[in-house]
Amino acid sequence: MGHKGPSFLMALPAVLFFGIFALIPLFGVVVISFMEWNVLGSPTWVGLSNWQAVLFDRPFTWTALGLTITFVIGSYLFQAPVALLLGVFMAGQQRYRALLAVLYFLPLLFSSVAVGLTFQSLFSPNYGLSAALPFDWLPNDWLANSDLVMWVMIFVVGWCFVPFHGLLYQAGVRQIPQSMYEAATIDGAGRVRQFFSITIPQLRYTIITSSTLMLVGSLTYFDLIFVLTGGQPANAVRILPLDMYVTGFSSYNLGYASVIAVILVAIGLTLSLALNIISGSSKMESDKAGA
Amino acid sequence: MMTPTASTQSATPDAGMALAPEVPGFERRDVKQNKVRRTGAPGEKPNILGGLGGWLWLAIIILPIYYIVITSFRTSEDLRSSNQLLPTTNPTIAPFIRVIQNDFFHYFTNSLIVTLSTVAVVLAVSVMAAYYIARSTTLGGKRLFQIILLGIAIPVQATIIPVYYLIQQLGLYDTLWALILPQIAFAIPLSVLIIVNFVRDIPMELFESMKVDGAGEWKILTALVLPMAKPALMTVGIYQALQVWNGFLFPLVLTQSSDVRVLPLSLWEYSGQFGIDVPATLAAVVLSALPLLVVYMFARRHIVAGLTAGFGK
Repeated sequence: MGHKGPSFLMALPAVLFFGIFALIPLFGVVVISFMEWNVLGSPTWVGLSNWQAVLFDRPFTWTALGLTITFVIGSYLFQAPVALLLGVFMAGQQRYRALLAVLYFLPLLFSSVAVGLTFQSLFSPNYGLSAALPFDWLPNDWLANSDLVMWVMIFVVGWCFVPFHGLLYQAGVRQIPQSMYEAATIDGAGRVRQFFSITIPQLRYTIITSSTLMLVGSLTYFDLIFVLTGGQPANAVRILPLDMYVTGFSSYNLGYASVIAVILVAIGLTLSLALNIISGSSKMESDKAGA
Repeated sequence: MMTPTASTQSATPDAGMALAPEVPGFERRDVKQNKVRRTGAPGEKPNILGGLGGWLWLAIIILPIYYIVITSFRTSEDLRSSNQLLPTTNPTIAPFIRVIQNDFFHYFTNSLIVTLSTVAVVLAVSVMAAYYIARSTTLGGKRLFQIILLGIAIPVQATIIPVYYLIQQLGLYDTLWALILPQIAFAIPLSVLIIVNFVRDIPMELFESMKVDGAGEWKILTALVLPMAKPALMTVGIYQALQVWNGFLFPLVLTQSSDVRVLPLSLWEYSGQFGIDVPATLAAVVLSALPLLVVYMFARRHIVAGLTAGFGK
């Protein structure tokens, strides 16, 4: 071919922005994890001592990791089935379902702070839900009870993100040829049977994409938990991303916080790679490329 | 983005293939069948369980929103004396006035400046990069695309400490620049990905004929790529605007004074400042969501497309 493409200058602005403010920080966080830095002074090299301290001399790191695992798995078990069912429901042909889908979307319009303040007041011990409903068995310390708060957080985070994953599934279901269902109906397969032998297998790539986003997303999720609880009571929901923020910007130990950040990146990348391998192909990438 | 043919390509001849010839409609599976029936197949049992679940989720979604709206019209005394889940008998707009008197429009303007400038720059640099990547014949273009794709997987939270350091060193801490520059960077990967897919669909002959006519790459960019990629730019623009408008972490870490406070951070501050004046806090929440609600009413399809474009099949 005699022609040549556009010159690299076209891409240069994007490369500069992305390089300076995204790529360099990604490497920077590894570098800072080997430094002592308390915000005021400048960072000084301390070798492995941050890592030593965070991994071995600070039992809370492992507690936070445990909380993170509970949060990630709990969120997944709540969000994935609801989003899948909701997606199938929204993809249905009835007109009222399309109308409901418009309303399901609403949580996506609120910022995490707005959602946090909403539920803070809804779960308040003095007014809100507990005060309004005449059920004695209803707890009124939703956010102050350290046994309960993790489940409340999983629910609230799900409230925010289920609509997004529902949309992914809706788009996925709409791609399944109707003829498959028609054939199955004539074959005598019921609705449940069709769901498990047509819908689920046909959605496998959507399931992988959505699961990756859900798991890696809740691994690094921080905003809502910070607004709603700040990790209280008794640090019962101080998962790793929140632990990183509090360690870095409330206790001003940015070296420790960077160690936690590197751990998060490592777990996140491992998780998405693992899911990619489990899915048996590099389909994720081509999914994205063909999106 | 879904191409019109995408839905038929994925048809795999698994279930019921043997029966296929007898199935009415099988032959016309290339027709877009979504529109064919709107009320469920004749003779199909209504899915009562599914319907119940759908309405139940609606209740879960609506209840908190309903609650903040009715509460924002209460007085503080009213909040403790009456049933919280029923609308108040004597509504007042005083909470909204208190929010507006506390610099709401100042924060609103900051949010608007940050969002518009971020999105404008993201669109400009992404469409240029996408043009390069989609039409580059060199290895560099491929490599760049791979790096950009990798960028989608970078969790913003994990890079916030070095970003903070960088912004401090550049002397930009506590300015609107501190919010705009990093958010541009983190918006680029997904934006480039979506636009590249669009630019690749532009027929090669159009580029060739413009070149024959002597058009330079700027001319091609503005006269061919820009108009053709407009739907993608719309999608990307709305999606990124939503992200930036609602973003909390960057403002929280990179700004502190009220001069440069953006809306999400202002909500956070309001809740501390208003304290037990819950109606005012919730009025601020309502006011902050209102602009997006208006955008949603007029551009719902673009928003929905934007949210699923990067990930949906």
